[in-house]
Amino acid sequence: MQQEYLVQDPFKTEEYMINMGPQHPATHGVLRLLLTIDGEIIKKVEPDLGYIHRSIEKMCEYDTYQQIVHLTDRMDYLSSHINNEAVCLTVEKALELEVPDRVKVIRTIVGELTRLASHQLWWGVFGMDIGALTTYFYAFRDREMINDIFEETCGARLTMNYNVPGGLMFDIHPNFVNRVKAFVKHFKTKLPEYDSLLTGNIIFQKRTKGIGLMTAADAINFGVTGPGLRGSGVAIDTRKTHPYSAYDKVNFNIPTFTDGDVYSRYKVRIAEMWESLSIIEQLIDNIPDGDFKVPTKAVIKLPKGEFYQRVETARGELGVYINSDGNKNPYRVKFRSPGFSNLSILDHLSRGYKIGDLVAIMASFDYVIPDIDR
Amino acid sequence: MSYFSNIYYGIKSLLTGMSVTGKYFVKAPWGTITQYYPDNRDTLKMFDRFRGEVVMPHDENNLHRCTGCQSCEIACPNGSIEIIWDRVVDETTGKKVKVIDKHIYHLSMCTLCNLCVQACPTNAIVMAQNFENSVYDRTQLTKVLNKPGSKVHPDVKE
Repeated sequence: MQQEYLVQDPFKTEEYMINMGPQHPATHGVLRLLLTIDGEIIKKVEPDLGYIHRSIEKMCEYDTYQQIVHLTDRMDYLSSHINNEAVCLTVEKALELEVPDRVKVIRTIVGELTRLASHQLWWGVFGMDIGALTTYFYAFRDREMINDIFEETCGARLTMNYNVPGGLMFDIHPNFVNRVKAFVKHFKTKLPEYDSLLTGNIIFQKRTKGIGLMTAADAINFGVTGPGLRGSGVAIDTRKTHPYSAYDKVNFNIPTFTDGDVYSRYKVRIAEMWESLSIIEQLIDNIPDGDFKVPTKAVIKLPKGEFYQRVETARGELGVYINSDGNKNPYRVKFRSPGFSNLSILDHLSRGYKIGDLVAIMASFDYVIPDIDR
Repeated sequence: MSYFSNIYYGIKSLLTGMSVTGKYFVKAPWGTITQYYPDNRDTLKMFDRFRGEVVMPHDENNLHRCTGCQSCEIACPNGSIEIIWDRVVDETTGKKVKVIDKHIYHLSMCTLCNLCVQACPTNAIVMAQNFENSVYDRTQLTKVLNKPGSKVHPDVKE
């Protein structure tokens, strides 16, 4: 044995495994990735989930329909308003309840502000993952204005719980319109700064161009939605294909880029911020008058059957499936979360790239781990 | 040739980014966006709707508005509210009325969803704006909202 060891080829390489996470600054949460690597080349990525599993779907079976809404704040906490809206839309669809136009418009505006805040945070963190710490502070400066709007109108900065089945929890604050207008004016001057800070940077481009190539066929086969899918040239957006709230009344484009790499997913999100600003501008001046809530019964009972509603969160398509047996609690609730489907393609995309590129690929999908685990 | 143009483009892109940061570096004292948080406690005012914790307001005669109907307890999604109540004979009318003994609120379990405040028919509980809730022992986060010796306001009917 001793002799065999001595004659071993000194340049022979071996595959070995390392853990990335669950406490890793680039996974933004408790995601554990089992990496099989050869030197620095990634051979296989196995995500290991369950570190932040709270069984939200099971908890929903013991809650009333009003109580379910606040649990969805805790899934994708960066698009919490859109998650709440999804549940409320499902319940309203089941009850065949038509909400006033005012509610629809306010939901759309707050939803787009949520998307902007989410993309701003993503932009800051994306730069930070790649090694540019400055972006983080610029993004959070602008995000603070949106958080103030939420805090004043909804009562919380992150887990807002502003929607209730049948409308909104409160009417908008008197300052809401002015604050949103001030924000849009402010952010229109700051968004070009994002481009000159990071987008044109040579180091950034070397790190992102041609990394994590995803073809449109792969993206569709793995069920990737959101900016990831649109970065591969597929112009699918639930806001356009299945309009909800006030999205059928506004004009907006679906930004698509065809390269399918990290850089094109980055460009999609930057373009989406411009689209969100334009949607807010179209709606903010003509919020219709009316009630902010349709009166519902204190105990909502859905009719027997299955109900499904899809919305577009900042990360992709969120589906809410409610199976009701006619009681005040749902029989089964299932959330089709965008993060889970987007994670499934990570192994396929990152094979053959280096560990540093894996961080860029992960950041380009903007994983929110509580959304994946639920 | 592309080697030199790459160098030129690289340096130009770095300078473009640095011109943005340099601009803020020069005008930093006028464009401060951070708050000196622990020092500005006296002037810091939260928004009216900000949800910090559930409180029960009492007036100057130590009267509150809670009838003990338990709407908030039913509406709470995570069992943060417990109401201990009893029926006692009212001296003036001679009828038995529901009176709360303790309105127990577990801040440590509360998700601040506002459903209890919405459910309350008599506006007995509201959201307070304080947010500095860190304590050394979590038993301090279990609070009794009605003050000792307090009674329900005579105007409030169940």
